[in-house]
Amino acid sequence: MSDGVLTSGVQGGLFAAWRAMLVRDLTLAMRRRADVLTSLFVFIIVVSLFPLGVSPEMSVLRGIAPGVIWVAALLATMLSLGRMFADDHQDGSLEQMLLLPHPLSMLVLGKVLAHWLVSGLPLVLLSPLLGMQLGMEGEAIGLLMVTLLLGTPVLSLIGATGAALTLGVRGGGVLVSLLVLPLYIPVLIIGTGAVDAGISGMDYEGHLSLLGAFLVIALLTTPLATAAALRISVE
Amino acid sequence: MALKDSIAWYHFAAPKNFYPLAGKMIPWFWGLTIVLLLVGLYLSFFVAPTDYKQGESYRIIFIHVPAAWMSMLIYLVMATYAIIGLAWKVRLADMMASALAPTGAMFTFLALWTGAFWGKPTWGTYWVWDARLTSELILLFLYIGFISLQSAIDDPRRAAKASSLLAIVGVINLPIIYFSVQWWNTLHQGASVSPTMAPKMATIMLTAMLIMTVAFWMYTIAIVLMRVRRIILERERQTTWVMELLGDETVGEKDGRK
Amino acid sequence: MLEIRDLECVRGDHRLFTGLNFSLQGGELLYLRGSNGSGKTSLLRTVCGLLEPTEGEVLWKGGNVRSQRDEFNAELTYLGHLNGVKGELTAFENLQLGGALSGLAVSEDDIYHALERIGLGGREDLPTQVLSQGQKRRVALARLLLSQASLWVLDEPFTALDVGAVDQLAKLIEAHLQKGGMVMFTTHQAVDIRAGAVREVNLDALDS
Repeated sequence: MSDGVLTSGVQGGLFAAWRAMLVRDLTLAMRRRADVLTSLFVFIIVVSLFPLGVSPEMSVLRGIAPGVIWVAALLATMLSLGRMFADDHQDGSLEQMLLLPHPLSMLVLGKVLAHWLVSGLPLVLLSPLLGMQLGMEGEAIGLLMVTLLLGTPVLSLIGATGAALTLGVRGGGVLVSLLVLPLYIPVLIIGTGAVDAGISGMDYEGHLSLLGAFLVIALLTTPLATAAALRISVE
Repeated sequence: MALKDSIAWYHFAAPKNFYPLAGKMIPWFWGLTIVLLLVGLYLSFFVAPTDYKQGESYRIIFIHVPAAWMSMLIYLVMATYAIIGLAWKVRLADMMASALAPTGAMFTFLALWTGAFWGKPTWGTYWVWDARLTSELILLFLYIGFISLQSAIDDPRRAAKASSLLAIVGVINLPIIYFSVQWWNTLHQGASVSPTMAPKMATIMLTAMLIMTVAFWMYTIAIVLMRVRRIILERERQTTWVMELLGDETVGEKDGRK
Repeated sequence: MLEIRDLECVRGDHRLFTGLNFSLQGGELLYLRGSNGSGKTSLLRTVCGLLEPTEGEVLWKGGNVRSQRDEFNAELTYLGHLNGVKGELTAFENLQLGGALSGLAVSEDDIYHALERIGLGGREDLPTQVLSQGQKRRVALARLLLSQASLWVLDEPFTALDVGAVDQLAKLIEAHLQKGGMVMFTTHQAVDIRAGAVREVNLDALDS
């Protein structure tokens, strides 16, 4: 990364710190591209397994497509959660982060945004391709993208809390899925529900506002929970 | 008076003082459990009338419904203790939260299991994706997450804090989960297992169900007090009072062997 | 400035220390002694606010550090066992982002200068994962040069450093004390640091 992006001479303040956190995590993700791509490939592979496992009939696939893509997105997000804090925990950067003169929850928000840009947004962008593979129509694909756009940030936000709770814990990687997946259920239900409603010509605006509400609630609550969990994890 | 009460609370919030108190209370709660369970089971299986549609198999709801109530209630109580433990750093509250979890998980499992056995004769299948059963299943996942997180962390203090935080996150999510599952169920027009005889349910049936619920409550208190006593000994084993207590007991055992 | 009151620390089953009291004023050096496992690291982490004390409190300018975390953190630099240096980032980027995160106005020249002084001149743009153990430690130490904190909490700062670097760090600490800063540290090595006032806390000498 060129020095231009890491503008120096930054004056104090929360926003500067927040941006530095975002830049830092994005830079790190760029330098560990392989990790990032792995969870994206998991997303593609999981979706591709369904025609093989269930049926290659387009009529069958079309019916389950929104659910399949959403479940695959859940799994891919979950696999990427390990990256969020584990390395920082191991090399001591997390301790330094806790000792910064800024509210930890705000810094967490910067890290979650970086995680979403790297692990969530690509899922949204890839979903039309997978939707077409499963025989979805144009309008439904658009709706699927909108639900994923609203829903994947919630997955990153809730996932951050789970990842922070399982830091340095025996079998943390597996445990995080046990903690986080049940909490993902409402997003899954409403997300797929919206697409299904759209396909069957029903009103889906209510679903989208619900997803938006989930996003707002998650934005307001999970950074605090994650910050508390991070403080517990270094004890 | 109020001051006196608050001092008593303060006094018994210390594990050292609570340990003997709990020991004294346990036999009483066991006694109540047994009496209420006998009365409740007698009413459920011998006094309550046979259902004209479902026959005798409906009687499983006398266990199923109270178990389902308890499973949800215990999660709420657990989360309340977790909040008290985290916010006011009351160690005993953390211990109560951990002691409640296995019993909550047990009732959740019991509710699922009896639900399945009720479903078989009623709808001819053990499992239906009904809103209640599905919510109950998710609740079981939440309990298992709590227990797993706690047992995965070696340091007891850290384990208590982390799992308390998880319980709080869980309890915030619980209404959202219930609501979305309800909604998902109506959308998919799934089967409903809600006991439809509720409005015309005979008083005797309602009484039996309530007595069973109270019996389950007493059982929960008794078993949780037993468990919390064990947890107190485990987590306070470096303190002098536990060392003295255990010292006495080991001496007693030695004497007994002679 | 910094005051420790009735501090108790329990790790797992073990009570490391209890009833610990001391205070530290500007220009004073606190040398923390104790055998392995006596709780030196735990004490330092408790002072920083990373560990919650089981009893007692840590006061900064008269207030509990846990109730004024941001203000306290702005005046604190902590160097632990772990360097907190990202292997994928260069030494320069580590310091630059570190500075931005702590809200310091650090110019590029400051960073190059600091790295030069700490003996990493010419290695500024290498990913730190290719550096040696001692060099990584130096990257962490370069933070002290850029820091404007008044309280330095250093946990075994001399490990993995060669003789020259040990000497340099000792001088750095002396300079910080002369400016009226405070330093708390532990070490297993015999290091000569000239300071106006040296306090010693020996954790082995406490009865617990």
